[in-house]
Amino acid sequence: MKNAIIIGALSVALIGTGYWGYTKHRDLQEMHNQAENSYQRAFNELTYDVDLLHDKIGATLAMNSKASLSPALADVWRLSIESKSDIAQLPLKFLPFDKTQAFLTKIANFSYRTAVRDLEKEPLTDEEYNTLKAIYKKSESVQDGLRNVQSDIIDKNLSWIDVQTVSAQKEAPRDNVIINGFKHVEQTKSTVDQDFGPTFTTGPEQSKELKKLTGDKISESEAKKIAKSYFPIKNYKDIAVNKSLDGSSEPFYSVSMEHKNPKADSYMEITETGGHPLFFITNRDIKKQQISLEDAGKSGANYLKKQKYTDMEIYDSSQYDTIGVFQFVKTVNDVRIYPESIQLKVALDNGKVIGFNAKSYVISNHKRNIPTPKLTKVQARKKVNPNVKVQEERLAILLNDFNKEVLCYEFIGTLDNDTYDIYVNALTGDEEKVKKL
Amino acid sequence: MVNTYLPKDEVNAFTSQVLTRGSTGQDVKELQSRLKFIGFFKGKVDGVFGWGTYWSLRTFQKEFGMKVDGVAGPKLKEKLVKATKNYKASGTASNTNTKKSNNIVSKITKTSNSSNKNNNKKQVENAPNGYTNNDIKLMANAVYGESRGEPYIGQVAVAAVILNRLSSSSFPNSISGIIYQPGAFTAVADGQINLTPNANAKKAVLDAINGWDPTTGCIYYYNPKTATNKWIRKRPKILTIGEHIFCK
Repeated sequence: MKNAIIIGALSVALIGTGYWGYTKHRDLQEMHNQAENSYQRAFNELTYDVDLLHDKIGATLAMNSKASLSPALADVWRLSIESKSDIAQLPLKFLPFDKTQAFLTKIANFSYRTAVRDLEKEPLTDEEYNTLKAIYKKSESVQDGLRNVQSDIIDKNLSWIDVQTVSAQKEAPRDNVIINGFKHVEQTKSTVDQDFGPTFTTGPEQSKELKKLTGDKISESEAKKIAKSYFPIKNYKDIAVNKSLDGSSEPFYSVSMEHKNPKADSYMEITETGGHPLFFITNRDIKKQQISLEDAGKSGANYLKKQKYTDMEIYDSSQYDTIGVFQFVKTVNDVRIYPESIQLKVALDNGKVIGFNAKSYVISNHKRNIPTPKLTKVQARKKVNPNVKVQEERLAILLNDFNKEVLCYEFIGTLDNDTYDIYVNALTGDEEKVKKL
Repeated sequence: MVNTYLPKDEVNAFTSQVLTRGSTGQDVKELQSRLKFIGFFKGKVDGVFGWGTYWSLRTFQKEFGMKVDGVAGPKLKEKLVKATKNYKASGTASNTNTKKSNNIVSKITKTSNSSNKNNNKKQVENAPNGYTNNDIKLMANAVYGESRGEPYIGQVAVAAVILNRLSSSSFPNSISGIIYQPGAFTAVADGQINLTPNANAKKAVLDAINGWDPTTGCIYYYNPKTATNKWIRKRPKILTIGEHIFCK
């Protein structure tokens, strides 16, 4: 009798776990399918969008009237962005597909710039036509490659989930039809990377890298000395210097320092050539606010003066809880030179600088001849939307979208409840930039 | 350095902190709602001293014959409190002007201020231009999930990589697109992104957004002990921070 009860209970338990396992398995299968389906959808949309993109570029080549060219280029722009967002949804981890994505971004930049231009006044140049022809050809090979992958997937019933697992494996023979297909697309394109002409650029991307610097090389111990002269906290427990790795176009030292009283960590990077400090950050607990944002700004300005950064003017400040962040800009003869800016972080408990960032200052700092404006302030002001009420105005040097320094009139004005920062080129009268603040 | 910040309650609801553009906190809320009360400020009372507050403060200074500098010091606060005698700090604009209680302004503001503290306890959060607080939270989650065992500077570096991808042509065009790109971050794949980040991760994100980039433009990083992929090891390496190698 006892045994029968035990056997009964156990079999109920067994059936129970069996059922539980079965539903779990079914749920998992369902999720698996859902993931697979969304990958398939993204991929099929990608092939479709690239198809359409290729056709549209082809159409622009045959167009003669400006009235149809601008909208067609706008369509090219839209499709290139859409293709990019399709790619972003695919599990292509570590799969070298970045060149194709960069190619699409460049198409987007090129088509956008030409689409918004007044082609009546400024028609496509021969160079730009050649660029269009070249990207037409290249987009065809991307299209073909993707079409091949697509037919493989459909014919052989291939799964994107497999791609995900294969590409995460370490030493596996990464032989997967989809991966190989994508590699092929990437390679056919990269072999002819340069053909697209000077009108086909990436834009502001390069500005983050360090440019070639001139000056004497400094040693590790000199880097240490520079770092010590910058950190406002003097005592330290430990100091370590590392050098950047060989991929860096302009080598730099990183100095890390551990402070004991107050407990804090500082980290600083200094270029090897010329010993220019790029930035430092001190991380510590910040106590209750004792200093107003305004006084913290003054303390920051004094710090810059002490470190021999001259003619720096504060132009923006923001408070994040107990930290003040300040933007300084070099101002020469009342002209603000925005590329030469420095950011400071000041702790609001004691007013000491806990962060310094001069990377753009180091990249842009040079003696420059500021041209004389061809437009007067009044003339430039007429270029501003008449609904904007101008509150402040000044001359400023700005990096425009093509990464070039331009002399502008800067107008800060209001429209209803919003504030705008408007830059009008002081030589050509073009509206270079409008920012909502 | 002159200590201008006295956290103790003053006679009126203001502390004696000098407020400038960029300031945040209860004091700014007080300033904004008082300016709003007399029609100078039309924006949202959010406790962040932005451009809107700046211009309305300047208009106030102009109309009251003061020095126009957009800075709220003790004199300005005194004038403003006088000009807004009927103002009640509760913030409900409906029951204004009904009772003439100007004889006990200080008392009202004081009592209502204490009740005010309960509903306004929520910290004022300032977000850098072009970013929302949710962007920052999402990034802080990713940074925490990816690099919580790393030194602080390593966390800033991971946040900087996310931002560098944003301006790189080879990556999606939004922060969420970059973070949720399939397989881009292990913390997203294994769910660690859903851990609650600590204050350091958020600080690191803010540093990166405000321009600090320890990696000088890197768009990849990996842990050489665990990285499973050969391709990424071939990228030009820039520097090592903690366990991570950062590369272009």
